Amino acid sequence: MNEAQGLQIDWAGLAPMIIVFAAAFGGLLVEATVPRARRLPVQVALAVAALAAAFIAVVLNSGKNAAAFAIEGTGLGSVVLDGPGLFLQGTLAILAIVAVLLLAERRTTRGGDFVAEAAVVADSAADRAQQREDGATEIFPLTLFAVGGMMMFVTAGDLLTMFVALEMLSLPLYLLCGLAKRRRLISQEAALKYFLLGAFASAFYVYGMAMLYGFAGTVDLAGINRAGVSSGQPRMFLYLGVAMIAVALLFKAAAVPFHMWTPDVYTGAPTPVTALMAACVKVAAFGGLLRVFNVGLASSAWDWHLILTIIAVATMIGGAIFAVTQRNIKRLLAYSSIANAGYLLVGVIALGDAVGQTMFYLAAYGFTVIAAFAVVSLVRDGDEEATHLARWAGLGKKSPATAVVFTVLMLALAGLPFTSGFTAKFSLFAAALQADELGLVIVGVVSSAILAFPYLKVVVLLWLNEPAPDAPTVNLPSPMAGTVVAAGVAATILLGVAPGPLLDIVDQASVFLNT
Amino acid sequence: MNELPLLSALVAVPLIGAVVVASIKRENADAARWTALAVSGVVVVITALVAFGFDYAAGAPWLQFTESYTWIEAWDLQISWGVDGIALLMVALTAGLTPIAMLASWRDLDAVKRSVPAFFALILALEAAMLATFLASNVLLFYFFFEAMLVPMYFLIGSYGTGPKKQYAAVKFFLYSLLGGLFMLVAVIALWVNNGGVFDWQTLVEAEPMADGTLQNWLFLGFFIAFAIKAPFFPFHTWLPDAGGAAPAAVAALLVGVMDKIGTFAILRYCLPMFPDATQTFAPWIIGMSVIGVLYAAFVAIGQTDLKRLVAYTSIAHFGFIGLGIFAFTQASATGAVLYMFNHGLATGLLFIVVGFLAIRRGSAQIADYGGAAKTLPLLAGVFLFAGLASLSLPGTAPFISEFLVLFGAFTGNEPVAVLATLGIILAAAYVLWMYQRTMQGDRNPALDDVPAMRRDLTLREKVLVAPLVIAILGFGFYPQPLIDAVEPAVDNTLLFISGEPEDLPAAEGVSNE
Repeated sequence: MNEAQGLQIDWAGLAPMIIVFAAAFGGLLVEATVPRARRLPVQVALAVAALAAAFIAVVLNSGKNAAAFAIEGTGLGSVVLDGPGLFLQGTLAILAIVAVLLLAERRTTRGGDFVAEAAVVADSAADRAQQREDGATEIFPLTLFAVGGMMMFVTAGDLLTMFVALEMLSLPLYLLCGLAKRRRLISQEAALKYFLLGAFASAFYVYGMAMLYGFAGTVDLAGINRAGVSSGQPRMFLYLGVAMIAVALLFKAAAVPFHMWTPDVYTGAPTPVTALMAACVKVAAFGGLLRVFNVGLASSAWDWHLILTIIAVATMIGGAIFAVTQRNIKRLLAYSSIANAGYLLVGVIALGDAVGQTMFYLAAYGFTVIAAFAVVSLVRDGDEEATHLARWAGLGKKSPATAVVFTVLMLALAGLPFTSGFTAKFSLFAAALQADELGLVIVGVVSSAILAFPYLKVVVLLWLNEPAPDAPTVNLPSPMAGTVVAAGVAATILLGVAPGPLLDIVDQASVFLNT
Repeated sequence: MNELPLLSALVAVPLIGAVVVASIKRENADAARWTALAVSGVVVVITALVAFGFDYAAGAPWLQFTESYTWIEAWDLQISWGVDGIALLMVALTAGLTPIAMLASWRDLDAVKRSVPAFFALILALEAAMLATFLASNVLLFYFFFEAMLVPMYFLIGSYGTGPKKQYAAVKFFLYSLLGGLFMLVAVIALWVNNGGVFDWQTLVEAEPMADGTLQNWLFLGFFIAFAIKAPFFPFHTWLPDAGGAAPAAVAALLVGVMDKIGTFAILRYCLPMFPDATQTFAPWIIGMSVIGVLYAAFVAIGQTDLKRLVAYTSIAHFGFIGLGIFAFTQASATGAVLYMFNHGLATGLLFIVVGFLAIRRGSAQIADYGGAAKTLPLLAGVFLFAGLASLSLPGTAPFISEFLVLFGAFTGNEPVAVLATLGIILAAAYVLWMYQRTMQGDRNPALDDVPAMRRDLTLREKVLVAPLVIAILGFGFYPQPLIDAVEPAVDNTLLFISGEPEDLPAAEGVSNE
């Protein structure tokens, strides 16, 4: 015991992450020990129980506002438990439970959407053998690792911890993207694309971290913020560092012009994984952005404000315009997620005034988009998902319940009142106006109007077009996916009709430690 | 007087009714029809209760029957209702036209394979949303329903409409309205941020006027554009002919008769009292737009080949008159504008419904498909002519009173404008009479004899449903005093802001709960 002398560790504060990581390792052991036929229920139960326990641990931590590690009373930056961090951890846990249920859906197609060895030649004897098995349960520990990484990402108080968390959440996702059973080629292409570009982004991150370290003499976010005013080093290091870190984070957040991977990966990945990315990764990426810019770079706001504004405008307008021309529902949702990243960036730019509202938006959007992808996974042509929009024509006639649900989700994404989409946009834009970002708000509104068109196009298809004779079937009842859809729609409507409690929570949880 | 939450009931009854009707099975179409009609009848009864309890005296509180319940505290959003004379007229119009529109489309869906319960549920949902916009006394609450009503109307046009362009029309309607609504949303948020987080209408109008003129101008424009699209005023009108042409006739009656009035109603309720300086700054421009609208739409109406589109264009011309009446800022013209909103709902509603009778018989609303039709349909032709004459403001029909008041009021302030607008009356005579002549008079179109339905004059159901409208148009044409009495105090209150003496406002009744 030398340096560790006097090191105080807040075990309770770390409990959510410890639980999730422990369950992930436990899941690996399950793979090794439990017979194949019984793995699925065990894995799902383990994952859900772990995430629920993590959520309870987060709730028990609420109100904390300190670093998890401290030496003789002085907090270390690595893991910071403050309002936004805890709120986002809780949001991640809940969204991840929903996503795990979607991953566990096996009724839609025999054996589920995943294969254990995607690299096996399709239709070979080995492939047919693995298709017959109820396999690919390793997706659950992988998901838990990723979610644990995300929980760490949103509470990381220095750049180094953040980098570890970034890799932790990314690597399992690269893998998950490539495990599709159907349309394997585009799935693997998506995985490779995501991996290569993600590796680039990570490299940028490390370079940026080095620059900021050179500028500030520390990787601690609060220290970087202080150095923004007092450092004697050339300011160029700060600019380069901010730019590179921002590239990496905006890549994860899918902001224009770092969005190129999004449509391909969202389309290629198995739909449950896409749902996980659209909901949880969004939360984590923006949690990280919020913390880096609020805690670490607030003092240099003048230096990055303009460029981030340009990126936000490009993301809002670009995402909306590209969404208009899409013919594939997953690509449409991908571009809509890009546009939504633009709105969220407005919240990042507004800094302290909008932290709570941005988090509210993340939670609201997460539930809506997870439910939307869950519906996508249910609409099928035989064994395959019918993702081409033309195949969705007249769904309202054949499966009115599904069509009603999807209409509600589309209207929520379009921001109609009485849905969470409206409450989220309203509070976010109001906060941005309070921060004097009128221009961004107007762009946001124009972008929302453009984006309403593709959503409406889907609604038109669902209700006003005649179905084709061989129209896709909706796979019901699918208990797991059905639960996901129900939970997502319930949250969408509840947050639209009675957002008061959650608004109060984000209001209380909106202040970062060390700002 | 304020014991029963009547205004809450006005919104809740059709809303609950919509849910109930929507849950009725498709096969029980008749059950859905009668339930929906009964629900809309209950709304009429509640409206009557409100109208009888309303205090029409000049010094009475501006908003009456006020109710307020906290909804989202963080935003100062209350579910708060209140009704003034203008809103009362609009509520009466909505409550009256809805059952008539239901009766008018009673059997229209038998021919197409569309769900009848869903249709009537959508109409009830639309009624609830429209009533809520007239009754809301909280700006954000108003906005909620202002946007929400797009959804039922969108499905009514897109799913139950007629013609090849119905989807195009529905999407165009939705996007135009949504875009306008989003401009308003920015203004609503900016207003909220600038006044310290207040949405309550009463508080907003009683506050000191905004000192920042530029801000006031922008906020005014944000609200006004949304309302001008909704109304629609020239040059924001292009969605209306498409929507009106594609919607089923009874729905078009609700669209043009009631929903579009929300735009002009909201200008009076929100723009004038909240942004009085900006209103005056922009008034000359808006008057100019209104007059252009009156003349332009009338010319375009003359050239239409489709009856429903023609009626839609006449409405745009009429909205020009309403705009002129509001922004001339005289008591006579503004009172006239409000009466115009009411009377236009009756007359155009009737016209659309009669056109619907024709279209369902003939299977087409093209003028060229008619000709000499009055020979086999004397009664229907008579009602058609009556509705047309009412909409061209023939003396003795209700619209005459309002058009006269508008022009009279405008004349005292701005002669050239009034003279130009008067030309609109002549053009109105041209498009109405020519429409009637081409469809009902002259040589009989031989194709009509191949359509057996064209020999079936008004049925009992159709007589029952047009009768109240005909009686109301004649009754208020000869004796408009009750309407004027209801409207005048509210109009006076509104105009006090323009004359700059809002301190003379009557005190608010029963301070709200919060």
